[in-house]
Amino acid sequence: MTRPATDTVLAVRDLRTFFHGEGHVVKAVDGVSFDVRRGETLAIVGESGSGKSVACLSALRLVPSPPAFHPSGEVLHGGRDLLVMPEREIERLRGDRLAMIFQDPLSALNPYLTVARQLTEVLEVHRSASPAAARREAISMLERVGIADAAHRIDHHPHQFSGGMRQRVMIAMALLCRPEVLFADEPTTALDVTIQAQILALVAELRRELGMAVVLVTHDLGVVAGAADRVAVMYAGRIVEEGTVEEIFARPLHPYTRGLLASTPQIDMPDRGLLAAIPGLPPDPAHLPVGCPFQPRCDRAVDRCRQASPQMAVFTTSHRVACLEAGEAP
Amino acid sequence: MSDDAPPLLEVRDLVVRFDVVTPGGPWGRRRTLTAVDGVHVSVRRGETLGLVGESGCGKSTTGRAVLQLEKPSAGEVIFDGRPIHEWWVQRWGGWRWDHRLRDLRRRMQMIFQDPSASLDPRMTVEAILAEPLRNFALASGSERRGRVQRLLEIVGLDPRFIRRYPHQFSGGQRQRIGIARALALEPDLIVADEPTSGLDVSIQAQIVNLLGRLQQELGLTMMFIAHDLATVRHVSDRIAVMHLGRIVELAAADRIVTAPLHPYTQALVAAVPVPDPIRERARPRLVLAGEPPSPLDPPAGCPFHTRCPVREERCRRESPPLRTVAAGHEVACHLVD
Repeated sequence: MTRPATDTVLAVRDLRTFFHGEGHVVKAVDGVSFDVRRGETLAIVGESGSGKSVACLSALRLVPSPPAFHPSGEVLHGGRDLLVMPEREIERLRGDRLAMIFQDPLSALNPYLTVARQLTEVLEVHRSASPAAARREAISMLERVGIADAAHRIDHHPHQFSGGMRQRVMIAMALLCRPEVLFADEPTTALDVTIQAQILALVAELRRELGMAVVLVTHDLGVVAGAADRVAVMYAGRIVEEGTVEEIFARPLHPYTRGLLASTPQIDMPDRGLLAAIPGLPPDPAHLPVGCPFQPRCDRAVDRCRQASPQMAVFTTSHRVACLEAGEAP
Repeated sequence: MSDDAPPLLEVRDLVVRFDVVTPGGPWGRRRTLTAVDGVHVSVRRGETLGLVGESGCGKSTTGRAVLQLEKPSAGEVIFDGRPIHEWWVQRWGGWRWDHRLRDLRRRMQMIFQDPSASLDPRMTVEAILAEPLRNFALASGSERRGRVQRLLEIVGLDPRFIRRYPHQFSGGQRQRIGIARALALEPDLIVADEPTSGLDVSIQAQIVNLLGRLQQELGLTMMFIAHDLATVRHVSDRIAVMHLGRIVELAAADRIVTAPLHPYTQALVAAVPVPDPIRERARPRLVLAGEPPSPLDPPAGCPFHTRCPVREERCRRESPPLRTVAAGHEVACHLVD
């Protein structure tokens, strides 16, 4: 395993998150390693079931165990492994140094409590702020994320906000303690495109302002192209390719990354032909194929792909790929 | 596709209103929501018309009202020269289709967004696909089974799967079953309402390709409703952009994307991210401030003026009509010459 670089704020090493199913084991995350560097946006891309959300939830130890268990893995932050630290200590980190926002703010916010209660609680717990100071701080953060009339709106309940505004409330809540890493799990997937553009611009602004790193989990390559510095592509619980955003889009090496790029319609390109769809279906994580997990859908698969699962190979200092055939890529 | 031939479908000043109850008072407040507010569009034979817009803009309700799955409150829907909006009768305390509409149903079918909700979980694929054939007495016995198997082949599923249930298929495969069911009666018109929205990118491409192939092979006329402008552009000949129940711009698909005239279309196109970091970061940013207005409480004047970056005084007062500004290009904006 590579040693984390000095500007690394979070290092995930050989993380495995398995679930006990009925008579079998579901390998949701199967040996994932990545670094999150100070101030960068790392995008984790993949389709549903690729393990991208579970990987992030596991990094914050938010997957209930049981049913989940970790046969291996370390999540290093400030020289300590989050996976083995006492519950009380990780609770102190979550919502403070490490924060997370979700796709659906309505299920992440408590419908019974006002926004004020939910926001001030964060500051009272992590910063021991007085109620009055916490309320002032919460109002100024709501203003910062673009909620008009925040001093009045703070006493509303989540259902009184629109979808885009709720997402802003959740972002405000996550950023109250100025985290070092913000995990954003499909933060704009449920929003209309014009609102998505607002939220992405807001996250980018706040990231620069606070110098925090963002781990952006998404299936949308357009969002990745606009927001990410580095990209990790996940398939069947593993990272199959990792590189800078330029490397991934200009020189994709893994056949899955290429397939994903080719199958995405591009609004600024005048094509009317067929989209290059990837044949077949993503594998069932309870019954992964032998060898490379992508091999049944891969047009470059050869015999050795069906025998052993490929290891990550270094291409450039920033570009890694897990494919036996990538070296001979045209 | 000839421009002189009469269109297969003509929608004239279509209005759909719903009675809704909103909070207020001990029993709530009864209000009228105008979901579709004067949609005017025609679809030529063999053409795919894309209908795009954000959530709540009335695009799905338009599609449902075209097929008479919602009774239009006003306006006309002319299908193949017939005024099908009139083919309703009042019976048992509600509006029902009359027999003519029931018969015509063969020729107009719908593909829904969520195939897990639109396929009966207790029916086998064979029963699902045979039901329309049985309803219209089109085939019986072994002939029916043969047609069901052929339908599965057409949509790219293994015909041996006919005894399986919907839950035994993946999301993409279920959408193929939904498409097969829509094709079972060999319709002329298909309204596809967000047929790829719930699917993964690689599967979306499969379904988009399938719909494109079927449209060409079977000469289908299609109304493709979606919020994703990149996909709509890929499948459509022309695109109608909807905002708050109205069409604000209508033109050839390439024109809508490369030379949009309405400020809302311009913002919508600019907001669709391009999957290429160099091109995406070089594109002009045009982020709309604010949120779409509620259809329960539409603003006076132009419905877009609350978010419009180029609004003028008259936009607050007068609602602009949809008018032709160039051959085949219609726009509803005061500021477009």
